[in-house]
Amino acid sequence: MAGRKPKIVGFCCERHGMDAAVLSARSGKQFDASVRLVRVPCAGRVDGMHLLRALEDGADAVFVLGCLEKNCYYDTGSIEGRKRVGYVKAILEEVGIEKERVEMFNAASSNSWAFPEMVAKMVEIANKLGPIGSGGEKE
Amino acid sequence: MIVAKRKPLGEIVEMLAPFKKVTVIGCRSCVAICLAGGEKEVKMLVSALKIRNKKEGRRQEFDGFVVERQCEKEWVKEVEDKILGSDITLSMACSLGAQTIGDMYPEHMTFPGLNTGIFGVPEEQGVWSEKCLGCGNCIIHTTGGICPIARCAKSMLNGPCGGSANSKCEVNLDVDCAWAAIYDRLKLQNRLDLIEKVTPAKDWSTSHSGGRRIFAREDAKLTPHQKKGKEAVQ
Repeated sequence: MAGRKPKIVGFCCERHGMDAAVLSARSGKQFDASVRLVRVPCAGRVDGMHLLRALEDGADAVFVLGCLEKNCYYDTGSIEGRKRVGYVKAILEEVGIEKERVEMFNAASSNSWAFPEMVAKMVEIANKLGPIGSGGEKE
Repeated sequence: MIVAKRKPLGEIVEMLAPFKKVTVIGCRSCVAICLAGGEKEVKMLVSALKIRNKKEGRRQEFDGFVVERQCEKEWVKEVEDKILGSDITLSMACSLGAQTIGDMYPEHMTFPGLNTGIFGVPEEQGVWSEKCLGCGNCIIHTTGGICPIARCAKSMLNGPCGGSANSKCEVNLDVDCAWAAIYDRLKLQNRLDLIEKVTPAKDWSTSHSGGRRIFAREDAKLTPHQKKGKEAVQ
């Protein structure tokens, strides 16, 4: 696994979440990870299915980035997103996978510093936990 | 509708452990509405099981499908090849769906992925409550439209028991006393005289106590000639 960059997928709402990500990109902050962002109309659009599918397809950690809860463009989208993340965490726990692999974050579009902090946290988690299933195959 | 709940994933994992190829089949009817076994739930379950196997390094094949109504043979037939092409089928429908598949393919194993619960109604988003026990002899026209069989912990027929206090049930203080609710409803409808009427002991032979029940509507049944014609078309 030496030299392997952790794979992180972030579902960002196209209102505050994606704006915060774009703004922070201008700062030129670099990460030693492969971070793929998926633009969604609202954090509430993200389903548990999307988060699990990302992990199934090889992501080490997944996060949802929505508006601040009390300033959500669609009022309750971030709350919905948080609930879905909570549900997926419970499912992961049930099947013995570390629930920390999935996180919910909130940011205002002007929070340019917030996005690098979130990614840094997910990179730290991904590095700590490693990829899912690195132990080889059993019958 | 029939309200069900997914079995704990640990139990499902244990059930499926000896099998290599698993087909998970959901249902788009009641269990989809109560968010237990619809398309999303099937996809999430399959995904969660795949992630688990990935972590454990276990080789097992999962495939998920959803049918319109798993309790009807015609819909199940649509996924027959998926069922028979697997080592085991995990039904994400109520027990009726699981048993329909089991009866159609008796040599093939079909396990339940859900615990079938109640005949319930959605009270608010994400909350379902039991309102009918299917006793086979409905009397709610005399009780203000509220079923004392399902909603009273003791299925009392002639008013509340001694444990009812402040309109709450002694079994669980979060639950309303069915008979307090019946009184309020009858009062609202100006039919309080009904509460004085004595209901004789219930004939439970129409309920499950009489064994497996079969309901039939004679005019809807096919004649042998019609059956032959239908089979020929299929």
